[in-house]
Amino acid sequence: MAYSDKVLDHYTNPRNVGSLDKSSSEVGTGLVGAPECGDVMKLQIKVNPVTNIIEDAKFKTFGCGSAIASSSLATEWVKGKTVDEALQIKNTEIVKELSLPPVKIHCSVLAEDAIRAAIGDWKKKHASQDQPAAAVAQQA
Amino acid sequence: MSTNVIEQHGNKDVKLPIYMDNHATTRTDPRVLEEMLPYFTEHFGNAASRNHEFGWVAEQAVEQSRERIAKLIGATSKEIIFTSGATESNNLAIKGVAEMYREKGNHIITQAIEHKAVLDTCKRLEKHGFRVTYLPVQKDGRIDLDDLKRAMDDKTILVSIMTANNEIGVLQPIREIGALCHERGVLFHTDAVQAIGKVPFNVIQDNVDLASITAHKLYGPKGVGALYVRRKNPRVQLVAQIDGGGHERGMRSGTLNVPGIVGLGKACEIANLGMAEESKKMSVLRDRLKDKIMGQLDEVYINGSMEHRLPNNLNISFAYVEGESLLMGINDIAVSSGSACTSATLEPSYVLKGLGAGDDLAHSSIRFGLGRFNTEAEVDYVAQRVVETVTRLRELSPLYEMAKEGIDLSKVQWAAEPTH
Repeated sequence: MAYSDKVLDHYTNPRNVGSLDKSSSEVGTGLVGAPECGDVMKLQIKVNPVTNIIEDAKFKTFGCGSAIASSSLATEWVKGKTVDEALQIKNTEIVKELSLPPVKIHCSVLAEDAIRAAIGDWKKKHASQDQPAAAVAQQA
Repeated sequence: MSTNVIEQHGNKDVKLPIYMDNHATTRTDPRVLEEMLPYFTEHFGNAASRNHEFGWVAEQAVEQSRERIAKLIGATSKEIIFTSGATESNNLAIKGVAEMYREKGNHIITQAIEHKAVLDTCKRLEKHGFRVTYLPVQKDGRIDLDDLKRAMDDKTILVSIMTANNEIGVLQPIREIGALCHERGVLFHTDAVQAIGKVPFNVIQDNVDLASITAHKLYGPKGVGALYVRRKNPRVQLVAQIDGGGHERGMRSGTLNVPGIVGLGKACEIANLGMAEESKKMSVLRDRLKDKIMGQLDEVYINGSMEHRLPNNLNISFAYVEGESLLMGINDIAVSSGSACTSATLEPSYVLKGLGAGDDLAHSSIRFGLGRFNTEAEVDYVAQRVVETVTRLRELSPLYEMAKEGIDLSKVQWAAEPTH
């Protein structure tokens, strides 16, 4: 199978690899996929408590080149967005940007899931602290 | 390949890309090609043409080839039936026996990690009223002979168990299997494509009644193979699966692929003369590769028995690293993976699953198949590239990070993935 140049670029030079302190109240962690399925993504965001802007994002991925590229791209895209804007990112946009073939669409779905899971985790932390209203939005 | 790069490695040059996927296919040996060429041009006759020189020359070449193949496996030349390759040989052996001996019984025994050419043939027979037992394999990849004994009943007509597996290179105890079959009056077929020319294989000593052979796994051309069909003790009969001019004693009609057959014969002759030496070389290179990789990486697991294994096979799982991403990182090396992402079905290797390895390790597996043309410098280069790439991908792996934190990954409640 031939990979697109963008997939190869993200695979060779993945952006934002690493981990954030998952116990921090500003950090949301999403862990999606399963080893038996051949892909697991961990995506973390660090959110400014005043502006709700995602100031940093990190990932680690076990998976094929397209899964690595999808999550690498996801971290690039969420950075600088507000939490609500980040929730608007669709897997189809990842498919388009990376020119993923049909058999790799699930990689983009997983990346979208990872963004949502990270934001969900961050919202949960805040719902249990000082922002009970956020619990409603968590269902989005 | 359009891009041949010379890489300085140590003091030796290595030409890239490196081919180390010799269970998939092998390069045709130049000596084989040379012997084949005249049969495309001046000796182009049809081996079935009985009344002119062109036909006689072709027939003579075919008969010489039959003898060379027979010699390699301890058979007689009349017991060799030419086919288009091992898929056809497996189909002919299993369907041909099933149809011929149907009055006697309708039960066939095979095993879970056979090649698809055997498994899918058996599945088709199940649709036509045959009963098939798929024996499991043990952790080392070999069947348990007691399982085989228990599976046999008075309706069993055929046992089909491969000599060596194409993914993990594990050798089955075929001599004991054949002996058991002969005690019970059951025919024994073995898909021997990966083993022939690599390890000693003798149809008499190994109690084999039918054996599938293909040229392109032993440095011959693609598209030609053979089926050994025993002629005495017992005499095996088959119902032909391709009808036509009655070639190959009526077992396989169709004009013979003379150049291909010449190539198969020459490949067998070369294998017969040099096997002991070549196997030794293969196992030295294979062990060098294994030791270099395992000496530099932790949590690397060998799939299948090391003791009962082809000398040129190494199948390893690199925990916490997905196979396709590893292949992508070593893209100047041709190997293959049991990862779902590299298969047409998007399922991880059923062979590795058959060993009970767990899907996660199947996704992380790489198969190295060494061959006649690999060098020590290539092995060193491959080992270094694998170690570097696995190390890099583990830095990227959340599973590796979790394992290092002491989390037991088997106890983690993984979020269900919607697409699986």
